[in-house]
Amino acid sequence: MTAVPGAACQCDSDFLSQVERIASMYRGKPEDLVLALHDVQALRNYLPREALRVVARVLDVPESRVYGVATFYSMFSTKPRGRHIIRICESAPCHVMGAKEVIDSLLDQLGVEMGGTTADCLFTVEATSCLGVCGVAPALMIDDEVYGNLVPGDLFEILERYK
Amino acid sequence: MSDITLTIDGRTVHAAPGSTILEAARGAGIRIPTLCWHEDLGTPSACRVCVVEIAGMRTLQPACSYPASQGIVVRTNSPIVREARRMAVELILAHHPDDCLSCARNLRCELQQLASDLGIREIRFERVKRGLPRDESSPSIVRDPDKCINCRRCVEACEKIQGVAALSVINRGFDAVVMPAYEDGLMDAVCVMCGQCTLACPTGAIIERDDTARVWEALSDPDRHVVVQTAPAIRASLGEELGLPAGSIVTGKMAAALRRLGFDRVFDTDFAADVTIMEEGHELLQRLGSGGTLPLITSCSPGWIKFIEHFYPELLPHVSTCKSPQQMFGALAKTYYAERAGIDPAKMFVVSIMPCTAKKFEVQRPEMRASGRQDVDVALTTRELGRMLREAGIDLDDSPEEDFDAPLGISTGAAAIFGATGGVMEAALRTVYEVVTGRELPPESLEFHDVRGLQGVKETTVTLNGNCVNVAVAHGLANARRVLDRIRSGQAPWQFVEIMCCPGGCVGGGGQPIGTVMNTRAERAGALYAADRDMELRSSHKNPAVATLYEEYLERPLSKRSHELLHTHYTPRR
Amino acid sequence: MEFYRSHVLVCGGSPCVAAGCRAVRVEIERLVREQGLDREVRVVETGCLGPCDQGPIVVVYPEGTVYHRVNMGAAREIVAEHLVKGRPVTRLQYAGELPSVSTADDKRTDYFQIQKRIVLENVGLIDPESIEEYIARDGYLALGTALTNLRPADVIETVKRSGLRGRGGAAFPSGAKLEFTARTESDQKYIICNADEGEPGTFKDRLILEGDPHKVIEGMIIMGYAVGATHGYIYIRGEYYISIERIERAIRQARWLGLLGANLFGSGFNFDIEVKKGAGAYVCGEETALIESIEGKRGIPRRKPPYPGTSGLWGKPTVVNNVETIANIPPIILNGADWYRGFGTSTSPGTKVFTLTGNVNNRGLIEVPMGITLREVIYGIGGGIPDGRSFKMAQTGGTAGGCLAEAHLDMPMDYESMQSAGSALGSGALLIIDDSHCIVDVACSLLHFFAHESCGQCTPCREGTTRLVQIFDKLRQFRATQADLDLAMELATVMLRSSLCALGQSVVVPLGTIMQHFEGEIQAHLHGKCSVGLCHGACDCAEGRPAENV
Ligand SMILES: Cc1cc2nc3c(=O)[nH]c(=O)nc-3n(C[C@H](O)[C@H](O)[C@H](O)COP(=O)(O)O)c2cc1C
Ligand code: SF4
Ligand code: SF4
Ligand code: SF4
Ligand code: FES
Repeated sequence: MTAVPGAACQCDSDFLSQVERIASMYRGKPEDLVLALHDVQALRNYLPREALRVVARVLDVPESRVYGVATFYSMFSTKPRGRHIIRICESAPCHVMGAKEVIDSLLDQLGVEMGGTTADCLFTVEATSCLGVCGVAPALMIDDEVYGNLVPGDLFEILERYK
Repeated sequence: MSDITLTIDGRTVHAAPGSTILEAARGAGIRIPTLCWHEDLGTPSACRVCVVEIAGMRTLQPACSYPASQGIVVRTNSPIVREARRMAVELILAHHPDDCLSCARNLRCELQQLASDLGIREIRFERVKRGLPRDESSPSIVRDPDKCINCRRCVEACEKIQGVAALSVINRGFDAVVMPAYEDGLMDAVCVMCGQCTLACPTGAIIERDDTARVWEALSDPDRHVVVQTAPAIRASLGEELGLPAGSIVTGKMAAALRRLGFDRVFDTDFAADVTIMEEGHELLQRLGSGGTLPLITSCSPGWIKFIEHFYPELLPHVSTCKSPQQMFGALAKTYYAERAGIDPAKMFVVSIMPCTAKKFEVQRPEMRASGRQDVDVALTTRELGRMLREAGIDLDDSPEEDFDAPLGISTGAAAIFGATGGVMEAALRTVYEVVTGRELPPESLEFHDVRGLQGVKETTVTLNGNCVNVAVAHGLANARRVLDRIRSGQAPWQFVEIMCCPGGCVGGGGQPIGTVMNTRAERAGALYAADRDMELRSSHKNPAVATLYEEYLERPLSKRSHELLHTHYTPRR
Repeated sequence: MEFYRSHVLVCGGSPCVAAGCRAVRVEIERLVREQGLDREVRVVETGCLGPCDQGPIVVVYPEGTVYHRVNMGAAREIVAEHLVKGRPVTRLQYAGELPSVSTADDKRTDYFQIQKRIVLENVGLIDPESIEEYIARDGYLALGTALTNLRPADVIETVKRSGLRGRGGAAFPSGAKLEFTARTESDQKYIICNADEGEPGTFKDRLILEGDPHKVIEGMIIMGYAVGATHGYIYIRGEYYISIERIERAIRQARWLGLLGANLFGSGFNFDIEVKKGAGAYVCGEETALIESIEGKRGIPRRKPPYPGTSGLWGKPTVVNNVETIANIPPIILNGADWYRGFGTSTSPGTKVFTLTGNVNNRGLIEVPMGITLREVIYGIGGGIPDGRSFKMAQTGGTAGGCLAEAHLDMPMDYESMQSAGSALGSGALLIIDDSHCIVDVACSLLHFFAHESCGQCTPCREGTTRLVQIFDKLRQFRATQADLDLAMELATVMLRSSLCALGQSVVVPLGTIMQHFEGEIQAHLHGKCSVGLCHGACDCAEGRPAENV
């Protein structure tokens, strides 16, 4: 992999003080690391190393552990991502309902590979395991919104809403 | 005490309550292969090589952690156990590079041994390599993540034994691998270069940086005056590296072997250890007398120094300004010795043989150039010296017993015990006692047994002219944390503290022979104490060569010149 | 309470949200206000109503008229015709009926009478954001009874006698689990509600939490009382935004009314609950991985023993139960063990919530007594296979469950029968697959899931899951040999026997049943044939050519 974690980050002091403020809500609570990372990630949709460093210091957790946790959970990313994160389910219930066509069409429309970010940095597409809305499979999530019963033809209109 | 009775492979076996199936089996002479288990570390039970069949259980259980329970019937060698064990090893091999023959751990690798023991002849899966780059950023440690088998022994050693936590498993599934934070090089991590991970690693995924080539080159350069110093702990471990039993003392043979390798002078770090005691002992007395920062903490161990610079920089004023014996030696070799012997220091090449990987980092520190150039050129570990001797075909056992060269080869028993935890403290107490009281310690009081042994933190009190001096000794940085936390809280009763980076002190250093465990550490320490007992002179201030050094060159301990050559300062790294 | 002429229930379960119910609700509310009906008509967002593929669902009471696939236009029509003029819009009505909806003239078909709602009794009927509505339907009565009339041992005894078994997958007897932890001496114990729900095809826990969050809270408090725990955690997967919101609101409401906190019902018993979020890791549903995750670490399973009952969260005795298991507790305490045993079979008492997905006409959430057959579910409740296709296989219990063929359709769905067929009820996922799908393609999808979700800790699963994917990819490209298949089965068997946790151990369940029940189709792939025509040799290169040498 070529991308260096945090390489593209402009970690201005304003951003870092926001991180510091969020992390401070969990000061001295190493057990809340996952929650802290959720909140910090909400700022920029990913976890730049400068931010992880602040979290490690404030929560008093070794940086290696913070990085280990950040790379374990699939909702976290240590690489820059787009403004909106599209999580598209590729588990069996969506698969048998035609997820593959939807995925192919999505990647095609956005011109990215799975895991990639569009050139305008608007979308990052990630494959995910089951999202728990299989009743309306195939499904995807954009940020915290779920879209179900998808056919390739639906995608254009859905994506338009985020542009 | 009620023993537990169980059946292993049809034999009735007794085990102490709380023991594992593995321990019970070993006690009965039944060998169960292991890989992620290490006798001094908590086991993750993750490799699944040690699985055994327990009657009535649906799945196999890892012998390394499963409790030996009353009445269970265990099979360690049934067809399904063998199938599972071989499959685990086959899977690991299929995801491991195929370069054993050129690996630093060739013939000393637990994975290789296991594959050999199990007779793995075929790997039915596609061979895959991670393809991650080697990390050569550190002057001490080289990591090759492609060879990592995810046993987490290094993680455990670094976090639990050393309290550093420079390493963690990252990612998950097939991509899981051990890395420093942000996948940085170790040089950019909080790594203290102690090398305990290199002892923990069963494979060649974490090894010492090999600097033997630079030494070979110097030795073959006729214009170079190449001198060597050997740390106190080497005499108690080099034999083991070359196949002798743990605890063999090889001082004289080692000196001879080094001469045969071609070193122009074979000196001894023990000389510098005696100098250290003179300097540090007087520093202690000065601080005690003038209200300086107490407790004074020893500074011989470069891994420990890097640790405090990273994690407790606010306590740096407690640390003695004395350089480590290695660096005192280097500074004196390129000044005092060079002058006396009429050698151009620019043509000198100083090699040290150390039990320690952090020494490789220490020689490069910018502070360590008192002679105007790098004082020690290369620090080799016990393992690297072993490699050089094997390459040169020098059989240690066959070597004669020879003496070190004078003057930097003359030392006392106090210096020899530097290699064991508590040794610096004991050596210092011998000298400080006699300097303060003006009385000679009777032979039976020369040994301070309270500060010996492998207990994590040791404490004792000595009376000097009616004043009590409380001292503490810690080894292994997790234990150091306990001591430092007390100092930081202001609750510490001590005036003098010895801290050694590695468990057991230098005998357990990260550059010592592969296979170093607590038991071998104890054997080596025992050998050093025996060597001390055999010495005629057992207190540093009685070293005649040291006396001459002060007379001819340094004047007295803590003199201006001492400060220039033998003392240093530290760099907060937070 | 005010009196309303009509209630409009708009389903707010996540699947309906995915189908756009929120905008529909807002539109209906707006129109109702515009028409000046807001004192007569109350619009309520409810939990899941069941037929998730039909969403957004809107139900108008008192008539019990069910509208499906309601879009904005339909919403306007419903308000204009039904609410203003009192004329139900037949054209928009749902042909099927909802188990949770009692109609004025109750003439349900047999199939819907099969359903029995215990866990879901309130889901879809009440406003999940209103604790008052829960209380109005006997909510927190079981807790009151337990705290004031029962000793902890009585609670445990009732749960034991009810025969309730864990609904999270492992089917461990719930009463025994409580008893074990109750007996362990400790200064502190914990109750953990496992709402990680990562098993593909499962979304029942989400819909329970979204539709009736107080039932789960009440169940946890009762369990805390039974074992002597004063603190509970609800661990919810991070993607369940709505569930997290609802349960957090419900906790605040319960605290506000003194139903959580100190001295509940004046009994001197204290209990409080904290919500912890996951961050995307299926393995965190495994109870010890979940505990690691709550402790702020990588979610890797611990080795057992010790079990959480003796040493769990922070090393303290801990009960971990699934959402559905916990939601069964209040009704059991309220109505008694014998009442509960009146449903289901003797060894699998009670009901089970299933989520029906895949190639069936009606997909969604159902609650049925244990022992119902697959056929009844698929062709009854599920309305059969769409598009004139026929049934090929059903995977029960999620991706870690077994794949059953036609021959198993009449087998009763209870713990024992499922086990005998090499499968499991597991989490209650029912994935129906029709004959347009290739079994090798399905297997690849399942194996890919395991490889993606293996925590990477133990050798057999970390290495093995990816190796199985490789072998089946080869099979899909017609490059595999019999030796590859044999190796795959040997590997999966070793994974069953020696993986550290049930994730790696269970890969053999789907794989073994596929190999067993669909042997012919698998074998055909060795000879370059895919009966469905989905798989093909990758390309002309030597590697891509079908294996000839079998
Ligand atoms: C890989 C894996 C994933 C699991 N996921 C869940 C889950 O999402 N929800 C759940 O309740 N149990 C899950 N379990 C089962 C739990 O380990 C545990 O058995 C269960 O929470 C106990 O609750 P119960 O007795 O109420 O079923 C999972 C187990 C494994 C091995
Ligand atoms: S050298 Fe020491 S500090 Fe560095 S990674 Fe290894 S064990 Fe940790
Ligand atoms: S680097 Fe070595 S010790 Fe560390 S996990 Fe890998 S194989 Fe084990
Ligand atoms: S079986 Fe898989 S998920 Fe479970 S501990 Fe092993 S690697 Fe992790
Ligand atoms: S040695 Fe027991 S599991 Fe690795």
